[in-house]
Amino acid sequence: MATSTSRTAMPTQRSNSSRLLDKGFVWVTGAFAIGVGLVLLAIAYRVGTDSLPAIQRFGLGFLATTRWSVNDEVFGALTQIYGTLVTSFIALLIAVPIGIGVALFLSEDYLPPRIKQPIVFLIELLAAIPSVVYGLWGIFVLIPLLRPFGIWLNANFGWIPIFSTAPAGPGIYAAGIILSIMILPIIAAISRDALVAVPTEIRQAAYGLGATRWETIFQIILPAAFSGIVGGIMLALGRAMGETMAVTMVIGNSNSIDLSILSQGSTVSSLLANQFAEAGGLQVSSLMYAALILFGLTLVVNVLAELIVRRFSLKL
Amino acid sequence: MASSELATAPNMKRSPTSPRTLFSSVMTVVTFACAALALIPLVAVLSYVLINGASSLRLDVFTQLPPAPGLKGGGFGNALVGTLLTVGIASVLSIPFGVMAAIFLAEFYRDTKLAETINFLTNVLSGVPSIVIGAFAYALVVLSTGTFSAVAGGFALAVLMLPTIVRTATEALESVPGDFRQAAIGLGATRFQTTLRIVLPAALPAIITGVILAIARAAGETAPILFTASTSRYWVRSIWEPTATMSRLVFDFATAPYERQQELAWAGSLVLVTLVLATSILSRWIVRKR
Amino acid sequence: MAPELQNARKTDTVFRTENLNIYYGDFLAVRDITIEIHKNKITAFIGPSGCGKSTVLRCFNRLNDLIQSFHMDGKLFYRDQDLYAAEIDPVEVRRQIGMVFQKPNPFPKSIYDNIAFGPRLLGYKGDMDELVERSLKQAALWDDVKDKLKEMGTDLSGGQQQRLCIARAIAVQPDVILMDEPCSSLDPISTLKVEDLLQELKEKYTILIVTHNMQQASRASDRTAFFNVEANAKGQRTGYIVEYDRTEVIFQSPQEQATQAYVSGRFG
Repeated sequence: MATSTSRTAMPTQRSNSSRLLDKGFVWVTGAFAIGVGLVLLAIAYRVGTDSLPAIQRFGLGFLATTRWSVNDEVFGALTQIYGTLVTSFIALLIAVPIGIGVALFLSEDYLPPRIKQPIVFLIELLAAIPSVVYGLWGIFVLIPLLRPFGIWLNANFGWIPIFSTAPAGPGIYAAGIILSIMILPIIAAISRDALVAVPTEIRQAAYGLGATRWETIFQIILPAAFSGIVGGIMLALGRAMGETMAVTMVIGNSNSIDLSILSQGSTVSSLLANQFAEAGGLQVSSLMYAALILFGLTLVVNVLAELIVRRFSLKL
Repeated sequence: MASSELATAPNMKRSPTSPRTLFSSVMTVVTFACAALALIPLVAVLSYVLINGASSLRLDVFTQLPPAPGLKGGGFGNALVGTLLTVGIASVLSIPFGVMAAIFLAEFYRDTKLAETINFLTNVLSGVPSIVIGAFAYALVVLSTGTFSAVAGGFALAVLMLPTIVRTATEALESVPGDFRQAAIGLGATRFQTTLRIVLPAALPAIITGVILAIARAAGETAPILFTASTSRYWVRSIWEPTATMSRLVFDFATAPYERQQELAWAGSLVLVTLVLATSILSRWIVRKR
Repeated sequence: MAPELQNARKTDTVFRTENLNIYYGDFLAVRDITIEIHKNKITAFIGPSGCGKSTVLRCFNRLNDLIQSFHMDGKLFYRDQDLYAAEIDPVEVRRQIGMVFQKPNPFPKSIYDNIAFGPRLLGYKGDMDELVERSLKQAALWDDVKDKLKEMGTDLSGGQQQRLCIARAIAVQPDVILMDEPCSSLDPISTLKVEDLLQELKEKYTILIVTHNMQQASRASDRTAFFNVEANAKGQRTGYIVEYDRTEVIFQSPQEQATQAYVSGRFG
């Protein structure tokens, strides 16, 4: 760097310190970048080591035991794993068809862009509302609204195991429905991107052969966008499995397993939310074990989603 | 030529009752219904929060401590300060970290195996449940310091914000045209000078947009705060003690049996939702302006 | 075919337009198109880029309907039927009037399914294998692909893809085939193959082809319409037909100065 303003004094050689600064800067940013990558490993490592005592004590039996007793120091997370899977499944059952419907609505030319853009924005906002606000709304609005419907289901279809209990208010079904609202924007947004990415030439070819709009959609556009949509659904599934606050607030937090979706239940995340703050000893370790299981489940789902979405975006 | 001399065309008339047309019409209606169905919860949540929240949102709720159970009055002044504090700590930790990492990924090692791997890990990190990040922060900070604290909460939120910041900053830097860099390097600037004086300023508005969105999301997060910052009924005195936050307060008061506390839960929700909406609209406005 | 149709007086006019004006929003893209298209002939649309020849072509199978700002006035008859009459279903129109696009656009499906797509939509009851083979043979692609019908259509070379698209258009047995610069993305050898194919296809079909390649128009077509474009005071460019005649007239003794200039390569 020039130390003098005189023209003849313009240095022809970069100073050592400048070269060092340049090199150092690259190194420092590199260290931070690698640090970002290591955070994921650090989470796995720390949660893993902290759950070791529980792993040694309960082994894989932890996954098959429903009992969670602080007094007897017996811990098993089957109820919660079951709850996580069932609530996520209900959420997907509702959000996938509606989400893809929304994506089609927003990717086809039903509306002029000036109206379409704000709707895209509104649906994105759905994803931005804090989980705890959904939970509050769930307690005071959604559950009272759902209750008569649950009672009706139980009265008329009580012979089906999944409707076999009278709803107490909060319950697995309420958690599933809240989750479906929360993951809908993810499915809609990613599916829409995948649909829009299908080349217009292909669409025109189908129209040119005399296909109707919906023949084109079902036979050409949806198959072409399939992997992107599946990737979006997987990401949504990961979100649903890890979602905590809204679920904790509406699921009832019961520690017994029941096939009926109208009954109260709990998920791995609601277990962690309820017990961590006051836990000690083996309970902490067992909670870490549960967290590790949740981490593993979402990791598998997210990595698959990431690979699918990546392969899909490379292809187009 | 008169049309009577033309050969007869095959029948191409519309028939609204043919199965193909009928199917198309039904599916179109279904799609419109899906869109309407998706917007109902948004409208319902926003209107309930607005109506219930606004009725108890007076100026003094911002300045007072939470009421004791069963009492009237009070507010969430300490929680507001606590949220600012934890989110502030999270920003101080995650923004430099994330932006530096993004500079490396976008400027120095773009399109390499290493950068691709880190991008992949970053995307996977953004999918880790926030409650698991809370458990991680609990193990790392709470257990080693022996206390719930704003620092522990801030650390958890920082981990949560990191992937968003890295991703938006990387994208922002990558979208700076290559000509700028070549011009600067052509003048003999080092990579350090080029990045700091040319590329970073050009990408700054987009980076700020991403950071604002990350901060707004973090302010609404509850799960990682639950057993890291925990909560408190008092004003913040130190960053090394349990700290109240807005989102935790909404959670506690939503499940409390007292009417005044539930009112405050709605008012707190309105504050959080307003924050998120305002930042979303602001960032959209910034993006559109550019 | 029903007997009364066979008895009807046939002429060789397939399309007839009267004073077509085509707009995108307020912008007049093409004006005053009055033209007749003859049966079993290849009609070429030539002209400088931006003259609206593709836009006009896409009116003949109502593909422009997909563009929201598009609207049109004037009349367009297909045989004795007003194509833009309210009761006409554009989907049915496109079944009669097939299209081959500028860029080869096979579906991301197998070669077989690409061909079978259209017939299946229409509920074709006959022998599908036979139809696929016949269509591929007509498009001079059968020998290239007969051993790999299950492979993806998108894995073929560019020239093969375009012939696949032609086979796909033929498979629904249309009356007319519209081709929008079908050779513009092909190499010279593939181009010649497609041109040879056109000569065979016109035995059975009426073909309209848009091309920017004048040799192609002069080699392959029977009739040629020369389009030109003029800008108004606001700088909006509107296309129109300068001259429409037998191809040898257009290329050897055109009536208009502009046509002469264009075909001799002095502009465009």
